[in-house]
Amino acid sequence: MAGFGTRSGSPHSRGGSPGFRFTLYALLSVVIMVLDQRMDLLERARFLLQALTYPVEVSVNAPLAGWHWLEQAFTSRQTLEAENRQLRTRMRDLEVRTLRFDALARENAALLGLKRAVPPVAERWLPADIVDIDLSRLRQRVLIDRGTQNGVYRNQAVLDDAGVVGQTMHVGPWSAVVLLITDPEHDLPVQIARTGFRTIAVGTGDPNALALPYLPANADVRVGDVLVTSGLGGVFPSGYPVARITQIHRAAIQPMNQVLAKPFAHLQTDRAVMLLWFRPDSPAAPVHTHEGQLRSGNPAAQPLSPPPPPPPPACAPASGAAASGGAKTVVPGVSTQSRAAQAVPAAPATVKPTPVAPPRTSLRHHP
Amino acid sequence: MSSSPRGAIWTSAIVALVLTLVPLPGWLTILRPDFLVLVVFYWSVQTPRSVGVGFGWICGMLLDAFQGPVLGEHALAVALVAYLAVREHQRIRTKPLLQQALVLLAVLVLYEFVLWAIDGWSGHPLTTPLRWVPALTGALLWPLVAGVLAQSYRLRA
Repeated sequence: MAGFGTRSGSPHSRGGSPGFRFTLYALLSVVIMVLDQRMDLLERARFLLQALTYPVEVSVNAPLAGWHWLEQAFTSRQTLEAENRQLRTRMRDLEVRTLRFDALARENAALLGLKRAVPPVAERWLPADIVDIDLSRLRQRVLIDRGTQNGVYRNQAVLDDAGVVGQTMHVGPWSAVVLLITDPEHDLPVQIARTGFRTIAVGTGDPNALALPYLPANADVRVGDVLVTSGLGGVFPSGYPVARITQIHRAAIQPMNQVLAKPFAHLQTDRAVMLLWFRPDSPAAPVHTHEGQLRSGNPAAQPLSPPPPPPPPACAPASGAAASGGAKTVVPGVSTQSRAAQAVPAAPATVKPTPVAPPRTSLRHHP
Repeated sequence: MSSSPRGAIWTSAIVALVLTLVPLPGWLTILRPDFLVLVVFYWSVQTPRSVGVGFGWICGMLLDAFQGPVLGEHALAVALVAYLAVREHQRIRTKPLLQQALVLLAVLVLYEFVLWAIDGWSGHPLTTPLRWVPALTGALLWPLVAGVLAQSYRLRA
């Protein structure tokens, strides 16, 4: 097994041999890298690798998991009782809050001039445990114990009880790698809840910070502002809490502010997360786009779209809700200058198929 | 010295892989040396006839399977380490541990450089200076790792 080298002769006599083999292996690596970059070609191999590595990852994690289990098994009655009481209180609070939910939804629909309330965008969710493994020293990634066997798909939204966590990246049969929102490679389309201003939250590599590098210097931002998902980008539905703004550096000579935000999700301490499936016909749902296609919001949520075949009657209010939602988001006219490169280009594309709705289209086309 | 200690080689590689994957708290994760690269380096220097570029490539591929942003990235880098070690094994083997550690430091910096370059080219840049720390800790830990591996070599061979 160990004999990968040539067996002939002493090491002295095969001076050129290792060099030749290195060249060969280097070429092989380069070919694999290029294939892997063209995502689809190695998708099968990635799937297989996820399957093969999962048992190893689980067994490496086993001692820690066992320790957690032991901890659980030997917690004192008092601790359990206290925890139980706490959870009961929390559950009652949440229940009381949801008691008003239906009423609020109806009220909201009435305010928006809709015939009926639209059901919430999340249709189904599945808890997943985090397999505690060092996936990469400095990258922000975690492994979860759900895969295609559970219906998990690529670029699926992952949340925890406090906010957005990330999205799935490599999915195997029983496991998936989640790219956290704080990874430097992750860009998340967000909206400032107070003003409706859209921008992009970029991961910094620090689990406690997101950066908003595209906010123009005159943007209306304050420390403490809440960021929610904007629904653009096709992964997360709109309206989920993401982060709270913690720092704003206004440098007079720079066109952009340097703004940092702290994610709501407990990215470092989470042991379990939630995978979400969305109602595709909901106005808040993200739309699944293919590569090369311009990312945009839900077509069902666009103003006066050609009436899509609506399975539930909720579709009619859907377009209405979106219309008002769309109008609202346009309000900050500031967004059109330098930010335009990132958030706004989605708008013209979505407007094309619907030449109706004149007020919005005209507003959006203002450069 | 005559027979190649296959058992020891593969056991040490697996142990090194596990050490690479085990979750460590905070700062220790950043300090964690690339154990598998140290193991490949050791065996390439000690038994260049049975361990070489191919072994390094396989080990790198294992790293890629678990940690690589791009498949083939670590494979190339570890194969390079193995190649250098096999080529210079006589010069490295005869040096005292401290000088070996210095050589290793240079090799590890090269290793990290290859990873850094491929990360950048493939669109997964990681620019934090912390990524160079494992090269240093790897070289610092070298006497210890070499000692342990030498012990296993003597036991198995």
